[in-house]
Amino acid sequence: MTRRLQTNEKKNYQKLVENTAPKPNYFTNCIWAFVVGGIICIIGQFVHNMIENNLGLTHLEATNATILVMIFLGAALTGLGVYDRIGKKAGAGSIVPITGFANSVVSPAMEYKREGFIFGVAARMFILAGPVLVYGITSSVIVGIIYYLLK
Amino acid sequence: MSYVNAFIVGGLICVLGQLLMDGTKLNPAQVLVIFVTAGVVLTALGIYEPLVRFGGAGATIPLPGFGYSLAKGVFKGVDEKGFLGIFTGGVEATSGGITAAVVFGYLMAVFFNPKSKS
Repeated sequence: MTRRLQTNEKKNYQKLVENTAPKPNYFTNCIWAFVVGGIICIIGQFVHNMIENNLGLTHLEATNATILVMIFLGAALTGLGVYDRIGKKAGAGSIVPITGFANSVVSPAMEYKREGFIFGVAARMFILAGPVLVYGITSSVIVGIIYYLLK
Repeated sequence: MSYVNAFIVGGLICVLGQLLMDGTKLNPAQVLVIFVTAGVVLTALGIYEPLVRFGGAGATIPLPGFGYSLAKGVFKGVDEKGFLGIFTGGVEATSGGITAAVVFGYLMAVFFNPKSKS
């Protein structure tokens, strides 16, 4: 009896939450994501051009070097507390670029530092980066097997 | 011109992510996993390569670009080393990014403390 009452209350509460939670403002969110994501890519393009022209690397090598620089920038800005301030407005614009990947590594690692340097920092680093690597690498191996068999 | 292309392509990929987060019940982690997997699959199908040609960093900096590098690396690995390349190619091509994320991520987390949320 009390259990049924509880689940009923829970349902009502969920309904209340669904109705009162603010609906996302699609348009503004998308503009922010577009502008911030686009600007991060412009910075990436600038870094890429500088590397390709000055270090004489091939296009692919320059791409890899650019990703390295962008990860450094994302990690440093997260450490300084700047990236999360951008992220509040930018949403996916700050999450989807590779700088957001660096942010997802540094942010939880900092947050859980008090749990120690093994299970706090080092383990929490991969709370989001882990799934990305697992699904990225696994799908690339599946694609590789198909390519190998078709060749 | 390359800057305009990078801005448009990169911006649009981020808008797609924003729409997935706002319009569906997917959380950021799920969106990132979908994006990296989509990058691998689209590259394998030959769809992502033209996007990289056109958008440059606009296509390689967002997370599907990581999937692009993985898939390109696997193809190169298979071409050069055969079967072994299936397992070595992907990470070989992305080793710089993965190592940077681990090392810089660790160092930043050790040096800095989270800012109090105001």
